[in-house]
Amino acid sequence: MSDVKEKEPWFSAKNIELLTGPLNSKNPITVLVLGICSALAVTVKLEPAIVMAISVTVVTAFSNLIISLIRNTIPSRIRIIVQLVVIAALVILVDEVLKAYVYDVSKQLSVFVGLIITNCIVMGRLEAFALGNKPWPAFLDGIGNGLGYGLILVVLAFFRELLGSGTIFGYRVIPESFYYSNGGMYENNGLMILPPMALILVGLIIWIQRGRNRKLIEE
Amino acid sequence: MSIFGKLKSMDKNSNLYTILYASGLVVLVAVLLALAATLLKPAQQRNVETEKKIDILKSIGKADGVEKAANKHKFVASNFERYIVEQLVVNSLGERIQGVDAFNVDLKVELSKPLENRYLPVFVAKLDSGSTKFIFPLRGKGLWGPIWGYISLNDDFNTIYGATFSHQGETPGLGAEIATPQFQKQFDGKSIFDNQNQLVSIKVVKGGADKSDPHGVDAVSGGTITSKGLEAMLYDCLSIYMPFINNQKQQSHE
Repeated sequence: MSDVKEKEPWFSAKNIELLTGPLNSKNPITVLVLGICSALAVTVKLEPAIVMAISVTVVTAFSNLIISLIRNTIPSRIRIIVQLVVIAALVILVDEVLKAYVYDVSKQLSVFVGLIITNCIVMGRLEAFALGNKPWPAFLDGIGNGLGYGLILVVLAFFRELLGSGTIFGYRVIPESFYYSNGGMYENNGLMILPPMALILVGLIIWIQRGRNRKLIEE
Repeated sequence: MSIFGKLKSMDKNSNLYTILYASGLVVLVAVLLALAATLLKPAQQRNVETEKKIDILKSIGKADGVEKAANKHKFVASNFERYIVEQLVVNSLGERIQGVDAFNVDLKVELSKPLENRYLPVFVAKLDSGSTKFIFPLRGKGLWGPIWGYISLNDDFNTIYGATFSHQGETPGLGAEIATPQFQKQFDGKSIFDNQNQLVSIKVVKGGADKSDPHGVDAVSGGTITSKGLEAMLYDCLSIYMPFINNQKQQSHE
């Protein structure tokens, strides 16, 4: 190991920043605009969105950890392939576990679990962080970015499920009697469950975030 | 240890090191994944099996409460045992084939075979009231992928007792509505034969079917292709079973 030996506390300010940065000013979706495709696809309901968020967090965290552990042994010419093998192996593992233990959700996520392999967040963090940092910070960075991605997914799914289906986690929130078909004045917004609405919502989140955090506004 | 020592001292950019590294990594990952797949297979298969049983039970309305059941697998297995009294396989002439397990017949595979080689499963259910229902599997094409389901007929082989449909990836809110109870409920009590005893199956009517129409249900608004696919699936799959249905009708007349 060529790294300089210096004792750093496990949760130093720098390490905490790795965890919390992606939740706000370094958010992979709203700031780096990565992982948009799956954010559109799995956020119609809260449950699959949360399972997807957990899956991506597991994959980013452990691929970061593994790549960081073996970073000094990887031949530089095949480093992208090595990264892909590690990511793909982890994603297949996650997919198999989901199929075995949460079958219904795994069916709803269908191809999108497999597509975590191509989620730019994962490989982006490997290239940008894990290859040049020690395992522990890399692991935290992976968790942070997974959570940052997951946070946006959950926010999107909350509004899309509430306004599109009138439910939260499958439980009815807007009473049946409000609906037009039952004599009320309310109707679900069908646009909410279609993918374009997720894009519009992401745009709104980016707007709100940049309105509050002026540093993010580009020249 | 000595091998690792040698590897460590090797030039990381040499061809030999790269090849050894890549092969080692791939073998390691392959072993890991094979292990995981083998260990998780029983649980995965049980999920698939339970899901199929739920679909079959749904077509006779006996899957209610499965979401709330503490042990889904147990609940489904016991209901399946209780209501499904016979599982048989017939060929395209309606003759029974012995020695084939109806439950494990994959309709997707069978439908791709030539007509005379097909194994066609039929499930016979007996309800608490003593009435017998015949359950037929269905499979067809939606807009984005396959759709499938089960339809149960009364023992007059004309009146639909219940139907259930599933899909792989129809558009949520549009084509995917075929999987909702509201859509499926429409099929109850409809009949598949006309007065001349010709198979008319069920028509999915855009803009809403006449309530008194015994062969029509409302199409899914915005899901025209899925609705048409469902209509074709019903007609095609019921036609394949016609010889069996005719045989059964004759038997009950004698």
